[in-house]
Amino acid sequence: MTNADLQFTPLHALHRKLGAKMSAFAGYDMPVSYPLGILKEHEHTRTAASLFDVSHMGQAIIRGDNVVAAFETLISGDIEGLVSYGSRYTLLTNDQGGIRDDLMVSRLGKKLFVVVNAGCKAQDFAYIHEHIGDQVEIEVLTNMALLALQGPKASEVLARHVTTVQHMNFMSIAELHINNIQCLITRSGYTGEDGYEISLPAQDAENLAQLLMGEDEVEFAGLGARDSLRLEAGLCLHGSDIDPTTTPIEASLTWVIGKSRRKEDAFPGANIIIDQIANRPSRKRVGIKPKGRAPARAGTKITNLEGNAIGVITSGGFGPTFGGPLAMGYINIEFFKPETQVLLIIRGKAVPAQVIKLPFVPHNYFTSQKQ
Amino acid sequence: MSMKFSEEHEWVIVEGDIATVGITDYAQKALGDIVFVESPDVGSEINQGDETGVVESVKAASDIITPVSGEVVEINGDLEAAPNTVNTDPTGDGWMFKVRLSDAEELDGLMNDEEYKAHCESVDE
Repeated sequence: MTNADLQFTPLHALHRKLGAKMSAFAGYDMPVSYPLGILKEHEHTRTAASLFDVSHMGQAIIRGDNVVAAFETLISGDIEGLVSYGSRYTLLTNDQGGIRDDLMVSRLGKKLFVVVNAGCKAQDFAYIHEHIGDQVEIEVLTNMALLALQGPKASEVLARHVTTVQHMNFMSIAELHINNIQCLITRSGYTGEDGYEISLPAQDAENLAQLLMGEDEVEFAGLGARDSLRLEAGLCLHGSDIDPTTTPIEASLTWVIGKSRRKEDAFPGANIIIDQIANRPSRKRVGIKPKGRAPARAGTKITNLEGNAIGVITSGGFGPTFGGPLAMGYINIEFFKPETQVLLIIRGKAVPAQVIKLPFVPHNYFTSQKQ
Repeated sequence: MSMKFSEEHEWVIVEGDIATVGITDYAQKALGDIVFVESPDVGSEINQGDETGVVESVKAASDIITPVSGEVVEINGDLEAAPNTVNTDPTGDGWMFKVRLSDAEELDGLMNDEEYKAHCESVDE
């Protein structure tokens, strides 16, 4: 793909002005890092608050009299049981029980607000339309930006502009105004930290970005830091750690299959997924901690101590907060227990490693006193 | 002798028949925060153009392509504990390995300071 084919987010000019290193991601010219650098952007997110432009992701409103029941036929999650103005991480599955995409669904009164991955958005929305388009209306929000403010100071910072956000539960959504800009704010994110994702009209995105950047605690962070943060938090990247050939059970995402949804035919591939819950899959996604300092990147072969292949790394790199190399991958079920010793074949050399419980860095999500 | 440069953004400086090799400031900036350096084994014979090591940043891995041939006589052991020295002092304390040159004429094919600057500018365009 040439640069001319890449799409821009509403903050593209601002990223360039800030001196970001740009790179193609899912058809967009996106900031990988800013002059601060991935390491410091990562550390800043864990200690203060970082602003991420995630406007490349797909946003849509789905409405209709029967919207919850209709959408549930395509996803693994329990939306019926989700409180009004609640948000849930869920999966679009295929007939083989594989993961078409992972997404966030929020109940917005009688409507649903969904956020899907950039790389899957066109096919996701076409798929949803094809299957339940006769029951619901899908309004794809092409003219909306999405900014994520993430980190332990996110709540304090955002509350200076809209006090209500401090009282939002984790995984809830609210329609609020910031500086007269109408925003859809979910208290969520993909860094393992407390924070918010703010959906707002594209034409107001730079305004809000400037407003938040004006706060001492806030720095911009790019996709590089977003990747190392989500990896430390043990969160999956679609296309790497999960894809149409991996089931939620293999991906250690059994918690994403709503208890009320564990019925044959409840959603595509449910029979296969339910069978795997009962009888265990043949492989599972696990955390892997390489010994020494060499990172193990995606595609690295995992063997047992005798050198027989038992799995593969799907995401790997260096965890700045974890303080060393870290990875996730799929491993044969008999090796999935934490502390199992394995070998990683890095550039032809066998490097000792061990299976480790996820996440690498504890989640720091907001929990209300009242809960 | 003054510093020479390769198209793959390694530098080399020679004293007697020993060449010291590292990556350039341009390269470390492009890679970002370096978290791991893998050097060739001391005693190994390496040939110009070989992948003789790896520099890993938070983001990705990048091969070190040796600009000269010869026997590896020393590696910079300090980089194991402090790989970010390559970021802070790429052409000084961030050196990677030393080679006893087997073919000094290879140096003639490398770029001088001015040529390398022009090379970086052409890459950026």
